Amino acid sequence: MKIKFLLIILLLLFPQLSNAAIESRELANPEQQVIYENLISELRCLVCQNQTIGESNADLASDLRRQVYEMLQQGQSKQDILLYMANRYGDFVLYNPPFKAKTSLLWLGPVLFLVGGLISAFLFIRHKKQNKLLLLEDNPEQTEKLEKIRSLLNTGDRS
Amino acid sequence: MVKYIIPLLLFSILSIFLAIGLNLKPNEIPSPLINTQAPPFNADQLQNPLQKLSPTDLKGQVWLLNVWASWCSSCREEHKVLNHLAQQKMAVIVGLNYKDSNEAANNWLNTLGNPYTTTIVDPEGRIGLDWGVYGVPETFVIDKQGIVRHKLTGPVTDDNVQQLLIPLIKQLQME
Repeated sequence: MKIKFLLIILLLLFPQLSNAAIESRELANPEQQVIYENLISELRCLVCQNQTIGESNADLASDLRRQVYEMLQQGQSKQDILLYMANRYGDFVLYNPPFKAKTSLLWLGPVLFLVGGLISAFLFIRHKKQNKLLLLEDNPEQTEKLEKIRSLLNTGDRS
Repeated sequence: MVKYIIPLLLFSILSIFLAIGLNLKPNEIPSPLINTQAPPFNADQLQNPLQKLSPTDLKGQVWLLNVWASWCSSCREEHKVLNHLAQQKMAVIVGLNYKDSNEAANNWLNTLGNPYTTTIVDPEGRIGLDWGVYGVPETFVIDKQGIVRHKLTGPVTDDNVQQLLIPLIKQLQME
């Protein structure tokens, strides 16, 4: 039992072991190296869902990394490569998709939720306030009670 | 009354979204290649190594590109369906042997039958990448002008053939 526990701790100390399958590639130009690292963390691995091609050791991810690397070596720009990928795998491959009619809900959704939330909060608060006012103004029984309470508070209960 | 209807309404909307979510197939990614020119290649042929094949060689006919590999288990299931489809001689079926060895591919075709008019080889997956292949098997339908018209992800089934491929091929033959 203790050994198992120690082993788990030991494994947790070496998280990079899980990345062992991902090769490291060096580009001659350090600027391109930065673009390479950027690109592989911006492209989605299509078979592993919710992993970038830089994180995944799937076969397809490694092919896509090779493609990115080769295109950079040929002197293509980041935009060229993103376009190349999107033309073959769709916007789905991009973790940072462009704003289009098709992706508008994706981009505007959070704003819509915020606006919706603010409007309903506003209505809710106003409704509450009105209820309170109604309670005080329109109900003679209530006013009577309220006055009684006030007078009690002011003068104190002598009973 | 409204007090009770609002939560019910919210719950119904939530249920609708959850139901849609359950029925989505996140593994099927629509191909942006549909209705665009088939990506070019100049590929070696498995059984005819001296001759190359390119999509322009197939202009004027309706053809299917079936991506397969001997290491792919669902390709085995699909293979019977393809054999059957090939017997009907409706369209040229080109096999794209994806990330495989020629030896294994030849073995496969010799034992399971060969539905392909020709098979091209893509040992490094480069043609596959150009066609947006992300899983094997995949099947593309290309029309007489060399335009990709449909893509099937996953194994082709008898239902696919009857309900989708045969009507589509017939329609494309008439165009």
